[in-house]
Amino acid sequence: MNSSDTPAAADASASPEPRHGWRLFSIWIVLSVAACLVIWFVWYPHMPPGRMSSSAASEQFDIAVLSVSAAPVIIGVLLYFVYAIVVWRARPGDEGDGPPIYGNTKVAATWIIGTTMIVGWLFIFGTVELVVPAGAGAGEGPSPIFKLAGTQAAAWTPGGSDMLQVQVIGQQWMWTYRYPQFGGMESTVLDLPVNTPIEFHVTSLDVIHSFWAYKLGVKADANPDVDNVAYTTAKATGGFEVRCSELCGIWHGAMYNSGTVLSQSAFQTWAAGVQSKEHSEGVLAALPTYALTYDPTVIPQLGKNIVQVDGITGAAGYYYGSGDPVTP
Amino acid sequence: MAIEIQPERADPTGGGPAIIGAGRPWWRRFGVHTGLIVAVAGYFLGHWLGNFLGGGYFRSSLADTNDVALVLGYAGATIGWLVGLGVFNDLFLMLAGKPLREESRLLGVQEPGPAKYFRYTLDHKVVGIQYLYGMIVYFLTGGLFAMAIRSELLSPTYHLMGPEQYLMVVGEHGTMMMMMMSSVVLGPFGQYFGPLLIGSKRVAFPRLEALGFWLTVPSYFILLSAVLMGGFPTGWTGYEPLATQATQGEDAYFFAFGLMGISMILAGFNMIVTIINYRAPGMRWSRLPAFVWSMFTVSFLQVLAVPVLVGACYMALMDRTFQTAFFTNQLGGSSFLYEDLFWFFGHPEVYILALPGFGIIAEIISVFCRKPLFGYKVSVAGMVGVGLMSFLVWQHHLFDSGINPDMRPLFMLTTEVISIPTGFIFLVAMGTFWKARIRFSIPMLFALAFYFNFLIGGISGVFLSDVPADTTEHGSFFVMAHFHYTIMGGLIFAFFAGIYYWLPKMTGIKLNERLGKIQFWTMFIFFNTTFLPLFALGMMGMPRRVFEYARSMETLNDWVSISAFCLGVSILIFVINFVMSMTFWREAEVGNPWRARSLEWQLPTPPPPENFRRVPVILASPYDYGIPDALPVADFNPPPGVIGAAYAPASGRVEG
Repeated sequence: MNSSDTPAAADASASPEPRHGWRLFSIWIVLSVAACLVIWFVWYPHMPPGRMSSSAASEQFDIAVLSVSAAPVIIGVLLYFVYAIVVWRARPGDEGDGPPIYGNTKVAATWIIGTTMIVGWLFIFGTVELVVPAGAGAGEGPSPIFKLAGTQAAAWTPGGSDMLQVQVIGQQWMWTYRYPQFGGMESTVLDLPVNTPIEFHVTSLDVIHSFWAYKLGVKADANPDVDNVAYTTAKATGGFEVRCSELCGIWHGAMYNSGTVLSQSAFQTWAAGVQSKEHSEGVLAALPTYALTYDPTVIPQLGKNIVQVDGITGAAGYYYGSGDPVTP
Repeated sequence: MAIEIQPERADPTGGGPAIIGAGRPWWRRFGVHTGLIVAVAGYFLGHWLGNFLGGGYFRSSLADTNDVALVLGYAGATIGWLVGLGVFNDLFLMLAGKPLREESRLLGVQEPGPAKYFRYTLDHKVVGIQYLYGMIVYFLTGGLFAMAIRSELLSPTYHLMGPEQYLMVVGEHGTMMMMMMSSVVLGPFGQYFGPLLIGSKRVAFPRLEALGFWLTVPSYFILLSAVLMGGFPTGWTGYEPLATQATQGEDAYFFAFGLMGISMILAGFNMIVTIINYRAPGMRWSRLPAFVWSMFTVSFLQVLAVPVLVGACYMALMDRTFQTAFFTNQLGGSSFLYEDLFWFFGHPEVYILALPGFGIIAEIISVFCRKPLFGYKVSVAGMVGVGLMSFLVWQHHLFDSGINPDMRPLFMLTTEVISIPTGFIFLVAMGTFWKARIRFSIPMLFALAFYFNFLIGGISGVFLSDVPADTTEHGSFFVMAHFHYTIMGGLIFAFFAGIYYWLPKMTGIKLNERLGKIQFWTMFIFFNTTFLPLFALGMMGMPRRVFEYARSMETLNDWVSISAFCLGVSILIFVINFVMSMTFWREAEVGNPWRARSLEWQLPTPPPPENFRRVPVILASPYDYGIPDALPVADFNPPPGVIGAAYAPASGRVEG
């Protein structure tokens, strides 16, 4: 921001020359204002990751605010360099040296105070934006301090302020979602109700994965033996994709599936349907008991699908057969 | 192990030791050929020992070979390589109680011909040239892997390589660039010009320095050997427990990275002690060139941060071989521990990569603006500040990991604070450009591009420091674009600036200017067309290190790949220029082509074996451009007695 102040102060001695400082400053003001207006009013509504959930909207807001803060800095520095290249290039045949300016305390102090103020602003803004939207969709570890409001209930009912708990289980190389409020039923499709506070419990059975629901603005690492909690509230219905964003082995690139944000009643119907189907097929009984953290060593063996060597799951190991859990 | 300082010689025209090695053909002396032979023997010895010791340790029934044997094989090969090179010759002589041969102290110093570059030599200028060639080879290798990655990403599904090969290529590219390129400036230019710029005849620990280079060679080959075993699936970060699960290529990764870490620590120690103790009289801290300051700061980062990496690599190797469980959650370890150790090294590492660039560029802009460096102290404070802060930010790599989330505001603050000292670097540049007489030589073009690229890289870093914005950007192509802007756009551009600037001094040969300009413009344009769209791809939701991506991103990915190939062509232009200029055209440049004031350019080209006939007395700052009656930077032939007086203790401070 204060890039244009640099010349302004150093300019004092050279009166016959054009007033570089004022020139730069006026071009900079015009360009910066124009850029900020364009960013805020034209670009912001289209910025990633969209507004499908509360956390996505807050991320979009942050990215827009950061862009507006960054644009004047980028424009100031680039403008200065372009100006310097054009105005202060050595003319052909000029073998002389430039003026011996060793420094300028005023300019340096202005610059340092300016950058410090920008940093202070970014820190306060970022902290508020982290605390207020309950962790902004990022994984907050097993005991989150920035919590989303909502009542914890053993069963989820539409229309109330009940928190929907979803356990996200990563393994090489698939995501499984478990809904403890629906009898612990599991699905490979992440369906969620709209306008409901959602609490993800992200964990892994083998290596580190990262649960990334891009449109929901949620990202939380899935660590073995760790319950990583993240919050969001979906604001619009529609489909979204879930990807793994932490390198987890050779099929990392293919580790994705999808989900849908449904209306609350449609979600209730879907979840109850999957629950009764899995119950009638005996799948629920075969699944390990629900826990907020999974310890693979205590999961009862399902047939002969577990491959364990020295307490570590081998690359070819998997806990659930390809048919389990049933995809509705 | 210390070597006595070469005594001042009364006879300025010579009288040094006789040219050594005369009389013995090259194959009868220690060199890479003997090193190679003993290394192969060492590998088999280590492998046999590993099978003997650890034959019962099979980490996983999925692996049919023994990790212990492989790791000990690598260790045997490394030690064998060093023994074969003659690194320990003096040590053995001392252990045997025999006097050291005079020639061993001066290995390579005065020997004519190129043979000295293939031996363990104790002359920092020879080591610098060795580093230069080594780093170019390592850089090109890493670059070829990058071309392979972009070929695969031409299509949204995997087509050229299977997923395993793809991850192998990604891991080799990342590790090659991150670990080998940490010495890309410190190695060639730091070792060569460090002593010259401070007016020293030598470095403090020439053996450590040379060892530092010769360790990069086995780490390069060991890292590449992972290719023979299917590579390693963890990328350059080697996250646990994936790394414990991986096949034997992972051993190569950890061993090579740890070995390179040792090389960096040794180089750092040598540089710190040299800069503190070997400055010429009058070379005060306030006259130290900015490049030397950057070397000094980076060396501290290396000495303080890299041991953490070496420890982490060692623990990971133990996990994989002798079944310790430092990083296995189920057995009482923690995968978070590895993430913390790795990034505690990893964040200083990125400044190990960035800071030497700041230093080179500061030298270059002063010369080509024909102005003193604006705010020299601010520049130094910037580099030292970045170095200090770099130890306090590592958790920002783990914002989403679930480790200690309460600390996120703090690490957000420290990460943003680091942009203040980084801003100093820009302040210095902009002040130096103010009313300058800018000469657009090739080094200056690279310097200008450095500021452009580093600005974008730095600003995108601020986006990543903000936790909510980071939730979208973390682990995506956005991060990838960010650090390519800072490291390739910063460090590698600075490296090329350094080559064009200093090669005439190192070799007496100038690179072709026309090809140089073509290289610069193609590299600058295609670098930006390659990496700018990657910010967009990351924001659109493309994770790193994937071989499959949404079909809607294919057009942009194809654009990036084609740009990347053009970027490869620009590097190829450099290679052609370098090879042709060095071997065929050989356009001589022995003077001071840039009319630079700094110490190294006042010496004859190439610099004499002992750099300075007498220890010079530094009279002025290297940046006093524009002052008509500026003192010369140094008195190269100080009257007898001056040096003695300068070294004598001040009166009243007599020891006793």
